[in-house]
Amino acid sequence: MGLGRYIFRRFILSAFVVVGVTFLVFVAAQVVPSDPAALYAGPRPSAEQIEKARAELHLEASLPERFIRFGKAMATGDFGVSYKSRRLISQDLAAFLPATLELAAFSTFLALLIGIPAGAFAAARRGGWLDRMGGLASIAAVAMPAFFLAMLLQFVFAKWLGVLPLSGRMSREIAISAPLAPVTGFALIDALLSRRFDAFGDALAHLILPALTLAAYPAGIAMRLTRSAMIEILERRHILAARALGLSGRRILFGHALPNAVGPALTVLGLSFAFALTGAVLVEIIFAWPGLGRYVSEAILSKDFPVIAAATLVVTLCYVAMNLVLDLAQALIDPRVTLK
Amino acid sequence: MALLDIRALSVDLPAPGGAIHALRRVDLTVTRGTIHGLIGESGCGKTMTAMALLGLLPRGADIGAERFLFDGMALRDVASSLRGRRIALISQDPAAALNPVLTIRRQIDDVLRAHHDLPRVARDARAVELLAATGLPDPARVLRSYPHQLSGGMQQRVVIAQALATGADLLIADEPTTALDVTIGAQVLALLRRLVQERGLTILMITHDMDVVAEVCDSATVLYAGTSVEDGPMSEVLTRPRHPYTRALLAALPDAGPPGTRLAAIEGRIPPPFEAIAGCAFAPRCAAAQAECRLRPPPERQDGQHRWTCLVERGTDDQAAA
Amino acid sequence: MRGLHQRLGWPGAVSLALILIAFGMALLAPWVAPFPDQGAGAPSIATKFLPPSADHLLGTDHLGRDMVSRVIYGARVSLSSGLLIVAFSLLIGLPVGVLAGYFGGWLDEGLMRITDVFLAFPALLLAVLMAAALGPGLLNSIVAVAVTWWPWYARMARAEVLALRGQPYVEAAQLMGVGHPRIILRHILPAAVRPLSVQAALDVGPALLTASALSFLGLGVLPPTADWGQMVDAGRKFFPERWWYSAAPGMAVFILALAFSVLGDALRDRAGGRRDGSA
Repeated sequence: MGLGRYIFRRFILSAFVVVGVTFLVFVAAQVVPSDPAALYAGPRPSAEQIEKARAELHLEASLPERFIRFGKAMATGDFGVSYKSRRLISQDLAAFLPATLELAAFSTFLALLIGIPAGAFAAARRGGWLDRMGGLASIAAVAMPAFFLAMLLQFVFAKWLGVLPLSGRMSREIAISAPLAPVTGFALIDALLSRRFDAFGDALAHLILPALTLAAYPAGIAMRLTRSAMIEILERRHILAARALGLSGRRILFGHALPNAVGPALTVLGLSFAFALTGAVLVEIIFAWPGLGRYVSEAILSKDFPVIAAATLVVTLCYVAMNLVLDLAQALIDPRVTLK
Repeated sequence: MALLDIRALSVDLPAPGGAIHALRRVDLTVTRGTIHGLIGESGCGKTMTAMALLGLLPRGADIGAERFLFDGMALRDVASSLRGRRIALISQDPAAALNPVLTIRRQIDDVLRAHHDLPRVARDARAVELLAATGLPDPARVLRSYPHQLSGGMQQRVVIAQALATGADLLIADEPTTALDVTIGAQVLALLRRLVQERGLTILMITHDMDVVAEVCDSATVLYAGTSVEDGPMSEVLTRPRHPYTRALLAALPDAGPPGTRLAAIEGRIPPPFEAIAGCAFAPRCAAAQAECRLRPPPERQDGQHRWTCLVERGTDDQAAA
Repeated sequence: MRGLHQRLGWPGAVSLALILIAFGMALLAPWVAPFPDQGAGAPSIATKFLPPSADHLLGTDHLGRDMVSRVIYGARVSLSSGLLIVAFSLLIGLPVGVLAGYFGGWLDEGLMRITDVFLAFPALLLAVLMAAALGPGLLNSIVAVAVTWWPWYARMARAEVLALRGQPYVEAAQLMGVGHPRIILRHILPAAVRPLSVQAALDVGPALLTASALSFLGLGVLPPTADWGQMVDAGRKFFPERWWYSAAPGMAVFILALAFSVLGDALRDRAGGRRDGSA
């Protein structure tokens, strides 16, 4: 299969997945819960109120019709109104999504920063004590429940050592007295854009603990994958062949071994980001991080299904899009991928 | 002067619980402009000899030799600087020897860049020329390809072109035909033969396959358990083998006996490489072995260019039967 | 006969022992828990928030219940949700994968695309969505996680079946006119179940981690039933002053998940024929 056909097929599959995902969310949010109209109509609604809500939500229409209506609304970014706050969900998402993406991106960065060099070192010193310690640490990181690790980190760094803030995204002084102008919604970038280095440091300090919590699991995975990938690549015959042809060590490592490692690295990147995105639900509650995760968990408690559906859909679409990009990148780097 | 002049080469590898005797005593003389076969079963030290010549032995390897010379230079000191410059490897299994994620252009260009100070355009022209020299049709298309887009025979030719790109005068061909089917293998052997004649190269052909040796080699050395047991011109070794091991190898060929006879597999197995051997390494498996064979190293015998090590003196006429 | 520790290595053997102990305690909770009634949920306000002591090795919670007993009772929920998630997932994934792999063609294409849709969700998020839709409760949270879990087994089963389908004895059976259901039940399923069941056993650890995350979010069992994730969440309000409240169940989840993970590694090493580090 040529590269062009591969890309085409990958796009079609992604489109199919998007429709399927939308359908699943629709089923979960509109069909399963007992009566959306009763929830929509507010607390202790009268019969007329429920009737009115039923009409507003088009609940009388047939299921396929409702699904198409739902899909159209989602496609145009019209996620409806929160049952509870009565605010436009799209506005809330716009406010909360950047915070979650910032957290997820930073924790992915941390996971790769820790996991990949650790895995490479473990591969180079295979069987040594560093390898063994790393192996133990990676197993522990994978088995640690994120919500518990979050509390441990809070205890050690915020309460005991007192070096990092306990929770939140910004200190009160900065958030209230001299707030950042939201340009991108990413606190770190906004701070740099407006040359507010005090705010930058503050945002970074708030970011570290939640990001570290989310990074533990993917860092453990990244370390294992990098280790086995590096061991496998360095033992391949074409590396020996390149040496036997007199190529320099640096040329072999960077020109020949590394391109082979890009595939596993991209896999690790995808896994890390996916974990960070979903783990955010847990971690944001504990760290009072004003992102999608906390938004969703509050919605869960109040059975605010439009909010849950919209947030799930948006995060899943981010995830699908990222996987698509990674797959295409992989296909461009490793020509054999398109053969599958 | 011989291009390669090796006498009593031994390589010990460090291992938990004592050293591994990867090579015990190898004598090897290769004349310029010839193809010399290095023959033996797997595990006999063929590849280890190649790695020693390329300076690619594992860390901690202990090399001993009475003479270990390439073109008069002490290889022990210069092997790693000669590697790729004067000695290059044609890898076994080309599918594994080529990097799957780089184009052929990149992989040949890297070699050219490592050894020649040429501008890019000249390197491209040289790459095309080298691929053409290996008999590849449409070199320009091959350059744009990735390894998986080429057939096994084409990949092997690319690997040969890489070795030529180094400009080395000694090529070590490690089982160059085992990964290929018979007809393609024969073409590759013919190509190597031609390259030796046209370019004045020298090839050390590592193989376990007597047919390959018979087809292209001018002379050959037979290795057994890290020891060279017989050495001589191809015609001598093939038609009048002197060492019992060489005889056994030849007898094990499918077309050695009359049709219908069973293959004469050699009884027993190679002595493990961590074992010390006092006498002849082949003695435990040798039908003609005497008690003394196990006690002291066999003497070297010579008949013109033909040399072998065996205690038992024998005529050559009885070979006609086998 | 070699000892267990020789076959699994010490870490693997210790992990197996821990897992078995956890199962034993869960099964025998009413007899091994020091305060069975408190473990089952009965409050004892007089002993509220006692730190760890000889009477209460892990202290007591905000309702005065002995944490040792609560953790032991919590093991019942955690282990059974781990097991049931894997069992439900196998129940869906195995038939889907076997049918897709055996029949191929449009059925394979259709089933695999549906699988893709489920795999396209970040797993925890889909579980949260499902659990929220179904409402809290042990069974609901198990179903919610199983919904995200089965596609993996479907894929594995399909790969196994694809390999088996080309086997001479399967082809021979087809040529002899043996019916599809019979071939599947006789030749395909038994061979596909083995590797899958090993994987499934190892997945109990990750499954109970996910389940505990759901119950931490309030989507699992309802109080007063003891559940580790929910206990960590309950203790969060009193953290870190009453650290034992969250720490005891948190460590329990960690240790059990760790044991499954280490045991899995040991089994994989054994299956791979060699231990890492030594060739």
